[in-house]
Amino acid sequence: MIKIIDYGLGNVQAFLNVYKLLNIPASSAGKISELQEASHLILPGVGSFDQAMHLLNDSGMREELDNLVLEVGLPILGVCVGMQILAIGSQEGIMPGLGWINGDIKKITSEKSEIDLHLPHMGWNEVSIKSKDELLTGLEEKPQFYFLHNYHFVCADEHTSIGTTNYGMDISCIVKSKNIYGVQFHPEKSHHNGVSLLKNFSDLNCA
Amino acid sequence: MLKPRIIPCLLLKDGGLVKTVNFKSPTYIGDPVNAVKIFNEKEADELILLDIDATTNHFEPNYKLISKIATECRMPLCYGGGIKNVEQAKKIIGLGVEKLAISSGVLDNGKMINDIASAVGSQSVSVVLDVKKKLFDEYEVYTHNGSKRRKKNLFDLISRIEDMGAGEIVINSIDNDGSMKGYDLDLAKKIRQITNIQLSISGGAGSLDDIKVLIKECGIIGAIAGSLFVFKGRFRAVLINYPSLTDKKNLFKI
Repeated sequence: MIKIIDYGLGNVQAFLNVYKLLNIPASSAGKISELQEASHLILPGVGSFDQAMHLLNDSGMREELDNLVLEVGLPILGVCVGMQILAIGSQEGIMPGLGWINGDIKKITSEKSEIDLHLPHMGWNEVSIKSKDELLTGLEEKPQFYFLHNYHFVCADEHTSIGTTNYGMDISCIVKSKNIYGVQFHPEKSHHNGVSLLKNFSDLNCA
Repeated sequence: MLKPRIIPCLLLKDGGLVKTVNFKSPTYIGDPVNAVKIFNEKEADELILLDIDATTNHFEPNYKLISKIATECRMPLCYGGGIKNVEQAKKIIGLGVEKLAISSGVLDNGKMINDIASAVGSQSVSVVLDVKKKLFDEYEVYTHNGSKRRKKNLFDLISRIEDMGAGEIVINSIDNDGSMKGYDLDLAKKIRQITNIQLSISGGAGSLDDIKVLIKECGIIGAIAGSLFVFKGRFRAVLINYPSLTDKKNLFKI
């Protein structure tokens, strides 16, 4: 069953609603015992990096998640700040991240200094798919998703970035390393494209 | 490319939706959850939900209703009304709301922006300023549904809000609210020029053309509308509506 990790951040219910609509079994997991039946994990997030790490570390699920993701190899999808905490660390805070994908989180800056970039990157933007992946099967040519962030994922290994968007600079907005996925946008709030992506995620079989 | 945002604004009063004119005479529109379902179907860019009773009546935010709406909402949601401290802010974000709209709380205590931004991230902090035009292009800032005038200079306030770490400023024109006579474009342009964070404009949209003009003048901006998306025709019959994908593409053509 798909388990939405409920650590006090992000819209757990919105994910459950999408899966309900798709008739795919999903439930929230707020403690270790609720992770038992997990086949897929979603790490949602709206908030700041340190707050997300504090809450996850204090959730009592941290060790079991390390085990399920790194040892068992369950597919996991980090969303927004839930994607950012997959990295080693962030300019936004001082806490170490999960370190599951090699990379760092940095503030968005404009490549061209003459352009005034309004931050945060807020709203609907197009995503360019850089490499084929089962997560992205059947998506439109340049699908639009909803973004809301000031910081972005900088991948240490270029191949982990499988989708980008442009806002002042190219931003890696879909990252993947083995069974670990992250998306900077909010698929749970991105209408039909988000629904397709979440459906694809539920079809992944990494373990 | 990032698109401008076209945002229906829903006003909550006594658990139901209303629409005002110049912040007065609320007309009942219907049930909020039902409206959200219709905007889901129409794939709206974002929703802003403002509880117009909370601050004035010193109510706590109605967490139960916010949770119900956030759960139903398949587009990003901004909630405002009665947010006075970090604990409330964290709680609302925890219910599945993407952005918080704060207004009177910030004018009472500017540090609150900083505190909330540190807790939930500045991308989720929107500051709403209700403004009324005076003579000679000056503007006054109000809170409590336009009943309490604040002795602050609008433009100073905006730069302070930005420095304190807000992610978005929402300018709501009391004069144009519900009038459907178009946005206050002069003000929108002036503020767009001086802000580096995101900006949304509310008050006065009466047609898609009004939105088109706003986008043309200001670029990537949030165009908020209330009456336009809940009323139809000259008798203001309640009919929830939203531009189709084709209509929207046309609006973005500059």
